[in-house]
Amino acid sequence: VTTSRSADVGDPAGHVARFPLVLGLDTFGDLSGDADGRPQSHAQTIRNVVEEGVLADQVGVDFFGIGEHHTDEFPMPAADVVLSAIAARTNRIRLGSAVTVLSSDDPVRVFQRYSTLNAISGGRAEVILGRGSSIESFPLFGFDLADYEDLFEEKTALFADLLTGEPVTWKGKTRASLRNQDVVPHTEFGPFPTWIGVGGSPQSVVRAARLGFSLMLAIIGGSPARFAPFSQLFQQALERFGRAPLPVGVHSPGHVSHTDEQAREEFWPRYLELIRRVSKTRGFAIPTKESFAYETGPRGALYVGSPETVAQKIAANLTALGASRFDLKYGMPELPHHALMTNIELYGTQVIPRVRELLAQEAIPALSV
Amino acid sequence: VTADLETRRDHRARPLVESVSPQRVLRIAVLGAGHVGPVIARAAITAGYQVSIAASGDPENIALITQVLVPGAEPRWAADAVQKADIVVLAIPLHKFATFDSSQVAGKIVVDAMNYWPPIDGVQELFEDRQFGSSEIVAHRLSGSTIVKTLNQIGYHDLEDGRRPVGSPDRRALGVADSLRAGRVLEPGGPVFGASLRRAEFEAAVRAETKWSSPARISHPHSRQGT
Repeated sequence: VTTSRSADVGDPAGHVARFPLVLGLDTFGDLSGDADGRPQSHAQTIRNVVEEGVLADQVGVDFFGIGEHHTDEFPMPAADVVLSAIAARTNRIRLGSAVTVLSSDDPVRVFQRYSTLNAISGGRAEVILGRGSSIESFPLFGFDLADYEDLFEEKTALFADLLTGEPVTWKGKTRASLRNQDVVPHTEFGPFPTWIGVGGSPQSVVRAARLGFSLMLAIIGGSPARFAPFSQLFQQALERFGRAPLPVGVHSPGHVSHTDEQAREEFWPRYLELIRRVSKTRGFAIPTKESFAYETGPRGALYVGSPETVAQKIAANLTALGASRFDLKYGMPELPHHALMTNIELYGTQVIPRVRELLAQEAIPALSV
Repeated sequence: VTADLETRRDHRARPLVESVSPQRVLRIAVLGAGHVGPVIARAAITAGYQVSIAASGDPENIALITQVLVPGAEPRWAADAVQKADIVVLAIPLHKFATFDSSQVAGKIVVDAMNYWPPIDGVQELFEDRQFGSSEIVAHRLSGSTIVKTLNQIGYHDLEDGRRPVGSPDRRALGVADSLRAGRVLEPGGPVFGASLRRAEFEAAVRAETKWSSPARISHPHSRQGT
């Protein structure tokens, strides 16, 4: 690496080398199916997620994230409580939100809940802040979606203040003022890692850099490579704000099974059903066999297939995006719990070692754009 | 965008962009630097247009975004960008439209790429009168401008991934409506919103849905040079 090359921020190879490779799993608490695919209760779904988190730890997954949702198909409004249960039964895996919908929450409470998780887990807590797809929290908690930008801007800034661990003085429009307020519990080892999840807003990328949060790119459809300029924007913005480089991560949906065919057969009907249900309100096109083949192929956003297929795709996209972290959002509503456990086991024992091997090699096949 | 304008020129006795000589490159002002604006701006640059981009405030705030995401575009104050533009693309969050200064775009052709989409963006009083499509309400407020509804029914990521040259068999169709009444067929919940359709499929979907005598005309907005 020459001097001019190392100065080239946003250089993909530079990133992967600069930050340790982290390979995680995310869930939204997708409603569990039983062995025959019949939906299980919310309570059983939550207990299943605890088992899934514990297994992830055992098979060598680096991070386990739970995304806040408030719906029948994703009954997962209290991710921190579930993460605490996993924390009590594990001692290695990092645990965090994916995402916390901060705009409809109180930054002080979020900090308190995750610094409590941090205490329980011995410093393994993380937070990803964002909007996610969880817009249902706005009417539920009495917030107006039209205020989204103001809420997120103010609350992320306050969260950055809270993370310093110093007493906070803060004034804004979205919550009560704080004057020299000591917020407990204090963290033992300094601020826990905090990320901003970004779906497509360049202003959110710049905001993450300004506040000193890492960047998590949520890529749920289309070509992952088109996000590469966001990664570059992030590193340039960090430089502009006089901050040291920070890692970039990728969150994408998928499903790992023994063979490509089996993975697609398990995933496809649930995926089709989910997107069909939300298509009218979310504006998603109803997937076809053709669009599904594209999304699960090398240029799409879904990581569905055998361990080798998924590992190749992760390695290629991390390289293309200058990212050092990948979180696979596993599961789909009513996928049987045993299929999820197989997914987690294969991800930990086969996908992760293979990605590490691929990224340790000199030449990684880049995605053709 | 090229194809749209040509379609419009063919269709109307009075071309929409009268003052532009065939030699001069059209100038497009994109208002909005969020999810959608930079994607449209980048597509327009690739297609050979002169592009400026503006957010609600100081262009300095979007200088870095423009430099990295839309190289070749000029960050401007909105008024400045609009004044020099032949076409204005409105890609601001719809809830900010209520306070948008209509005099800024008076006399201009304005492409309305916005959507009223309560499940995503929340309920907005201004757009709640369901007798009217969102672009009809936009046109009513921007009465000094000529409103064209398009680019609203395709996801911003598809706008990049789906670009194909003229003649490609998998080229996706988009609707362009100057009759904003008919343009309601392009809105969220409609038959073509978010759908990846070839021209024939698109026309069939629109025909099946509409009872209007002249449905939204159909065109391919992507550039001829597009890849």
